[in-house]
Amino acid sequence: MAAILSVRDLRKVYEGGFQALSGVNLDIEEGEILALLGPNGAGKTTLISTVCGITTASSGQITVGGHDAETEFRAARNLIGLVPQEINLEPFETVWNTVRFSRGLFGKTRNDALIEEILKKLSLWDKRKNQVKELSGGMKRRVLIAKALSHEPRILFLDEPTAGVDVELRKDMWDIVAELKRDGVTIILTTHYIEEAEAIADRVGVIRKGQILLVEDKSSLMQRMGQKQLEVQLTDAIDAVPASLAHLNLELGAEGRSLIYTYDTRAERTGITGLLNDIAAAGLVLADVQTRQSSLEEIFVGLVSEDAA
Amino acid sequence: MNWTAIAAIYRFEMARFFRTLMQSFLSPVLSTSLYFVVFGAAIGSRIDQVEGVSYGAFIVPGLIMLSVMTQAISNASFGIYFPKFLGTVYELLSAPISFLEIVLGYVGAAATKALFIGVVILITASFFVDLSIAHPVAMIVFLLLTCLSFALLGFIIGIWARNFEQLQLVPLLVVTPLVFLGGSFYSISMLPPIWQKITLFNPVVYLVSGFRWSFFGTADVPVAISLLAIGGFTVVCLGVIGWIFKTGWRIRS
Repeated sequence: MAAILSVRDLRKVYEGGFQALSGVNLDIEEGEILALLGPNGAGKTTLISTVCGITTASSGQITVGGHDAETEFRAARNLIGLVPQEINLEPFETVWNTVRFSRGLFGKTRNDALIEEILKKLSLWDKRKNQVKELSGGMKRRVLIAKALSHEPRILFLDEPTAGVDVELRKDMWDIVAELKRDGVTIILTTHYIEEAEAIADRVGVIRKGQILLVEDKSSLMQRMGQKQLEVQLTDAIDAVPASLAHLNLELGAEGRSLIYTYDTRAERTGITGLLNDIAAAGLVLADVQTRQSSLEEIFVGLVSEDAA
Repeated sequence: MNWTAIAAIYRFEMARFFRTLMQSFLSPVLSTSLYFVVFGAAIGSRIDQVEGVSYGAFIVPGLIMLSVMTQAISNASFGIYFPKFLGTVYELLSAPISFLEIVLGYVGAAATKALFIGVVILITASFFVDLSIAHPVAMIVFLLLTCLSFALLGFIIGIWARNFEQLQLVPLLVVTPLVFLGGSFYSISMLPPIWQKITLFNPVVYLVSGFRWSFFGTADVPVAISLLAIGGFTVVCLGVIGWIFKTGWRIRS
């Protein structure tokens, strides 16, 4: 599929000298959901702000739907909807008016039926005549989403959409995202929650210190995550894996005091019973057994930790 | 030009005005009436006529100018400062609109509000004094240009301000004194000769003088110079705004 959003060597140095983005390259395919993971201050919001035109890039190029985000900003921004991280809303305006305003701001002609549909989908229809200040935090977040959807974007940025949101709204949000994806909308969301990335993303990107460390299919990441290791500690050290155990693809642990068996937790048979039987049959005595899982969280933490630099 | 977006901003800004219509309407009516009671009746009864016009009528153009200028500035500065303060400015910056369109929306709305107040004051004044307008077209031109140019100035102040105190600073510290010292309530010919010279450095003198000429046909300074002054002021404001938008000063990081 063609890239609907392409970021090339994007750099952003703020006035005070802080380098928020140091050469970001990223291609987003049309219709996919990309989850951008990263610790605080990694550059997630700066990246989104720069693509959307809120922040100016120091150097680099952004193209949206083939349009240069700077020279053809109208065509580029027309395609983008943004749900910001902070709840920024005019408190005295009604829900209906503020959503209608967003549509107008993007130059779209009035379409009350569409706004009604969006408000209903977001459970905001009953609140349409309320002033924004009368709404709860979760409802305000829904208003932000309604505003972003009001101008029918082809790309939707969700910056930490579920930060401080209750379980119910989070679930609703995931449903909305799934529905948008069915309609062909490309979605880029930033999050701290790895489970969120797991639940809804097609691909996962990890950003740290203004650089993209990896962008990978979630399924292949999940596969890594699904791999589990069983470590069998032996009472006596051995020099090599016995020939009778060769078919199990075992690795020899440190100092020959353990055998490491890698298996897929989601497989129908893990082969653990057979393994233990075979080890006993080979005349080895078990001292202890432990399992270890490489989770997405572990991969993530490993990638973003200072030591991994 | 994205006219739909300009209309959306304009409508959104006017909605704020209509939400507080009673305050918007009552406050100028009340303050104008007070000015007439204090300046017109109490002081005016001791000043017979100024340049052949009764004092009560003489101060009407100055009163309108005073309110129009302060209203245009405060509406426009607040209009653009409020989204910056609330953070809703993200939407303006990420929308497919140019800065010119943002200015047209905000300044247009602020100028409209100021114009409304000006007309309300004119109508209120007509209940207190006999008014005749010698040059109605010139009057409208002066009024519109003042609304527009001071709304532009207000927009600049709103972009510049980092807090609510700064938002009030220029109107209170600069504009109000200039208006009061700009011949709003007196003819500059009533000043000592040296102050007559000094006061010519006050740009408001030219606006009030030109506007008063459109009512009574008499002016402190030639009308052409008044028009040049307000035209020049508008151009300077437009230039500053153009620079702000080119550089993104205090609006786009």
